[in-house]
Amino acid sequence: MTSRGKAIEVEGVTKDFGTFRALDGVSFDIYDNEFFTLLGPSGCGKTTLLRMLAGFDAPTSGAIRLHGKPILDLPPHKRRVNTVFQSYALFPHMTVEQNIAFGLENLGWPKDRRSARTAQMLEMVHMAQFARRRPDQLSGGQRQRVALARALAPEPEVLLLDEPLSALDLKLRQAMRDELRTLQRQTGITFVFVTHDQEEALDMSDRICVLGQGRIQHLGTPNEIYEDPANRFVADFIGETNFLPVQVISVDGDMASVKTPMGQVVTTLQKAATAGQAATLSLRPEKIGMEDQAVGEIMQGRVTNKNYMGGYTHYTVDVGGTELRVSKRNAISHSQSFEIGREVRLGFRHDSARVLGA
Amino acid sequence: MRADFRIWGLLPAWVIMGFTLIIPIGIVIAVSFAARGAYGGFDWALSGEPYVQILYQVGWTDELEFNPQYLYIIARTLWLAAITTLICMAVSLPVAYYIARQPRAVKAALVYLVTLPFWVSMIVRVYAWLMILGNDGVIEKALVATGLTSGIDSLLFNDGAMLVGMVYSYLPLMILPVFASVEKLDGALIEASHDLYANRWVTLRRVILPLAWPGLMAGAILVFVPCLGAVLEPILLGGGKQLLMGNLIQTQFGGGRNWPFGAAIAVVLMGLVMIVLMARALRDGGRHDAA
Ligand SMILES: Nc1ncnc2c1ncn2[C@@H]1O[C@H](COP(=O)(O)OP(=O)(O)OP(=O)(O)O)[C@@H](O)[C@H]1O
Ligand SMILES: [Mg+2]
Repeated sequence: MTSRGKAIEVEGVTKDFGTFRALDGVSFDIYDNEFFTLLGPSGCGKTTLLRMLAGFDAPTSGAIRLHGKPILDLPPHKRRVNTVFQSYALFPHMTVEQNIAFGLENLGWPKDRRSARTAQMLEMVHMAQFARRRPDQLSGGQRQRVALARALAPEPEVLLLDEPLSALDLKLRQAMRDELRTLQRQTGITFVFVTHDQEEALDMSDRICVLGQGRIQHLGTPNEIYEDPANRFVADFIGETNFLPVQVISVDGDMASVKTPMGQVVTTLQKAATAGQAATLSLRPEKIGMEDQAVGEIMQGRVTNKNYMGGYTHYTVDVGGTELRVSKRNAISHSQSFEIGREVRLGFRHDSARVLGA
Repeated sequence: MRADFRIWGLLPAWVIMGFTLIIPIGIVIAVSFAARGAYGGFDWALSGEPYVQILYQVGWTDELEFNPQYLYIIARTLWLAAITTLICMAVSLPVAYYIARQPRAVKAALVYLVTLPFWVSMIVRVYAWLMILGNDGVIEKALVATGLTSGIDSLLFNDGAMLVGMVYSYLPLMILPVFASVEKLDGALIEASHDLYANRWVTLRRVILPLAWPGLMAGAILVFVPCLGAVLEPILLGGGKQLLMGNLIQTQFGGGRNWPFGAAIAVVLMGLVMIVLMARALRDGGRHDAA
């Protein structure tokens, strides 16, 4: 990744709407060829950031560069960046074909090159047989594909996608995830993908930028963000976790001994801490083993609730007055299940829990 | 039972339509084929004379001479109605677009303002233009006050003044339907257009205009048709020297006392309106078939 060029540089970007600060000094780089995701809860400024990349909004302060060139002075139609809109924004008075060719015409492509490219894009998104239809004669998924083809046709330096899958039903969404990822690899175009769906982000991205309260909370690979969340916000937003208030007893390198409500444990420090400090321990439900899978730090508890989910069973276990969520993979048919009220032995490995800032 | 109701249920509508529309039109058509009465009015006697009169006049020696003066009035009427419609279209698009982009409350207030002139009598509104354009009118005073000129010939009593009055009178009828179609226009479409390398001009031509087109066409009908029958503006603002069809009809029924001829002109006017409406309907029908 270090050898790759920077497609986009965002530097100290702040955006105020009146007195409200939607983005607060955001800086990051996006590399060529990357599937980069902006992830965060509703209202955290994802769309605002994307619109500034496209040119529909200007930051209050800060700089944005596209392949090294500052672009803030360029209007949207002069930026080699295309957008897949959340509502698709297909031109209703044009056919699928005309929609896809629109950008190419404006770029002044000659007619034969234009139709060749349009045909190629239609082929790529499996929409060749719908070329002459109008957008209102297409299903949601088909519109989505046309929007993609239209945005990819002019070979943009970067493709911006604002929650492109949110209007689709679950099944289609799954399929489109794979298709999007494949398209990105095929075309080699840098994708900047906006979503508030953490699962989508983990599944598709090379890197994820977690935004919260107008700031970058964590920027890293899906694995880093899930396993080593930078703070409580990230641990909470991505996946499920148990938060336990802890007291740091002693620190040894990146390991610490902490006092939890269930007793003293040794775990991994995510953030520099000093002895005596209050902190939060994050322990993911699937990292806790039950009965014969209980290893590492061992605890005793009693099952208070149980949700069978098919592939997993989620338990709530009371450990000395603290409720822990535990999920157990149903690895074999008729896996052993633990009834409500039953006493169980729990355990987790030291390196599976994370001590976060308070 | 139901079929009966469908027919008889519409009876009130048929009665109203019959008495206020169909019977009067029938009378007008009938009169247009009657003969001019000796002392005004008309005598029942089937004749095509009034229609002949539109194109020919009776010469000294009793033979018919081609006389284009009425044709000229018809052409002028069509021409002025068309110009008025085009000006209204050109003005209404940016106005409607601007209104549509305002916040809800402002939007409602602006639409209300557009319709406000309808609450005032047409005659009063046209007279208001007399005060604006006339001698010692608002415009002249303003020009004198700024020292640009020491006084001007009246801006009134020419085609320009008449056009101003007609555009003013009928503009709301254009703005409202255009607003209705522009308001539905999704802002994301305009962003998408810019995103796909279209500048403002291309966006206007290829995205905004096509999507506002139904509204513009509806407005064009609403403006063009009443313009064909305009009476007040030519008299008050145009100075009454050069008449339009509306005035011609009025004079025939009034001072001219030639009811059959007035009725014939009215029938021609109605025919023109029908042609416009049918052309529109046929085009729309064709478009639906193609889609
Ligand atoms: N034009 C605007 N005027 C005022 N506030 C705005 C404007 N646009 C966005 N905001 C505010 O800025 C914040 C960020 O908005 P943004 O649309 O970027 O959120 P988002 O992360 O895309 O959320 P979502 O997931 O719901 O789409 C929100 O609190 C929003 O209310
Ligand atoms: Mg958004």
